Amino acid sequence: MSGYERILAGLTALCAVLAIALPLGVRGDTIIASWTETPALVFPVLVLVLLGLFVLKLPPLASGVLALAGGAIVILELGSFDRGSWGYWFLLATVWLLAWLFAERLSTRLARAPVRNRLAGTLIPVMFGAAILLVWEAVTRGGGVPNVILPAPSNVWNVLTGSVPTLAVDFVQTFKAVLAGYALGCGVGFAVAIAIDRSPFLKRGLLPLGNFVSALPLIGIAPIMVMWFGYDWPSKAAVVVIMTFFPMLVNTIAGLTASGAMERDMMRTYASGYWQTLFKLRLPAAAPFIFNALKINSTLALIGAIVAEFFGTPIVGMGFRISTEIGKLNVQMVWAEIAVAALAGSVFYWVVALIERAVTFWHPSVRGGRA
Amino acid sequence: MKPAGSTIPILVVLLAALVLWYLGAIALNWRGQLDADQLRGVTGQTWTDTLGATLGQDKPLLPAPHQLVAELWKTIAQQAVTSKKSLVYHGWITLSATLLGFAFGTALGIGLAVLIVHNDATNRSLMPWIIASQTVPILAIAPMIIVVLNAVGISGLVPKALISTYLSFFPVVVGMVKGFRSPESIQLDLMHTYNASKLQSFIKLRWPIALPYLFASMKVGVAASLVGAIVGELPAGGGNGLGARLLAGSYYGQTIQIWSALAVAALLAGGLVVIVGLVERAVVREMGARPA
Repeated sequence: MSGYERILAGLTALCAVLAIALPLGVRGDTIIASWTETPALVFPVLVLVLLGLFVLKLPPLASGVLALAGGAIVILELGSFDRGSWGYWFLLATVWLLAWLFAERLSTRLARAPVRNRLAGTLIPVMFGAAILLVWEAVTRGGGVPNVILPAPSNVWNVLTGSVPTLAVDFVQTFKAVLAGYALGCGVGFAVAIAIDRSPFLKRGLLPLGNFVSALPLIGIAPIMVMWFGYDWPSKAAVVVIMTFFPMLVNTIAGLTASGAMERDMMRTYASGYWQTLFKLRLPAAAPFIFNALKINSTLALIGAIVAEFFGTPIVGMGFRISTEIGKLNVQMVWAEIAVAALAGSVFYWVVALIERAVTFWHPSVRGGRA
Repeated sequence: MKPAGSTIPILVVLLAALVLWYLGAIALNWRGQLDADQLRGVTGQTWTDTLGATLGQDKPLLPAPHQLVAELWKTIAQQAVTSKKSLVYHGWITLSATLLGFAFGTALGIGLAVLIVHNDATNRSLMPWIIASQTVPILAIAPMIIVVLNAVGISGLVPKALISTYLSFFPVVVGMVKGFRSPESIQLDLMHTYNASKLQSFIKLRWPIALPYLFASMKVGVAASLVGAIVGELPAGGGNGLGARLLAGSYYGQTIQIWSALAVAALLAGGLVVIVGLVERAVVREMGARPA
């Protein structure tokens, strides 16, 4: 146990003691403390934490289980009072610190382990995500934060599951634009890069300009595209095309120069022509660059389509829903749309990353096991 | 910096773009011009008259470059900078939100990178979520953040700057984690033999070696920051800033106004990237590195 972990454990114990001693919350006029509840769950668990910290020295798994149990209690307790009080916040702090201890100890153990343990490695970020959700839920409900400012995750979840048809229709509308624009933008970017590859003159002219244009706030083109292509999804697809074109162009041009002179010389000794060299050497060598662009574009495409919908849509689509629900201050619905968008964005990215791993299996970053 | 040999190719490509732009403006506005002439009962137009008219419309589908330049001249040079008609005024509002957000984002990014490099648990818990955070189309909730913060009484620069922060911290974290990890183990061992503390080896080895990464990330970050500020201005329709100008222009079909706001945004983006590059050159020279 390092000194750093000892400080963490000490803080956890201090918070646990304070959580036992201070009132948890108020319901009406009664003050609720850790021992007055029936069943009194908080008290025994906290005692267990204290015991564990000092007698058993808590191996990673045990502190993880305790953190989970504590998290469940934090949620359960929300039902027993109207408004949280100091004891409750210390309970939350105890759970947070326990989860931290868990992450700390597990990562020390993983660093020492001779073989990589991927399952245990993913436990840590999962625990962090769960801890964030827990704090969000506890603070919004226990602290009485108005829904308009920040709705609790459970609240958002209820809205999400309650309005699946609306969300599905919005999603389909927006994703039509995303997919069409993404395919066209990346495809044209790639094709143009191949086309100007044979002219070093054009390449020298286009590469710096392409880099510059990539840095521009191209999203501002959205109102013009809506004017040109109308309110329905093609105008959003057009925005996506423009946003995804330049990253693809620049990355493909850079990737095509990635193969070494020696390798190209070897292709020449095999008497291979331009196209053979392109397909068998230069495109595979450019694959990591191309996938880099594909990954960047997967997020850009979603953003482009949603923001373009702020400038006018038929009465459907994620961007449309977000902007109108804000007007009604129906923030839960906005968060539900965001959750769907976040999920869609992550899945999109993840699919591209999976294809990348399959195609560029030879690349050091993939062989090392990281995406 | 660009190698000297690319100036002529760049100019040629720019010239080609300009020609294409004029051709596009003629092609896109031609139909509208014919319709407008018919509506007003103007007859007997030769094709050269129509051609000239397509390049001088009031609300063209695509304004010609010279119209854009004229509009820019009118709104930048011929207005007092404090006037609401001046693009300098709107540009400055956007720029200040951009810079504030960029400063927050860079500081946040460096701070997170320091934590991530020095603590394995932080690395494992945060890194996947930092990457996941960028697949969330945060720009989509930018308007909500603005409206909600307005509802609780926070308005003005800070909400817009927060969006810029969210967009610009990511490249800095990723770049700086890479940078702080780039010293080779032999260099870290040398610091060990000097009995250097973690802080000393950070200041004297990790920080200087990470600086090139910092500037590369800052160039990406500053551009992202500008996008954040512009989108953050969208809900304030009729308000101030380049984003508000875009929205107002799209409401009233003022295409020339939209394009001129876009042009100013492009100038800002280019200028900011160039400034970061200049600072980079100065810092690198100050630190005694060979100019690249």
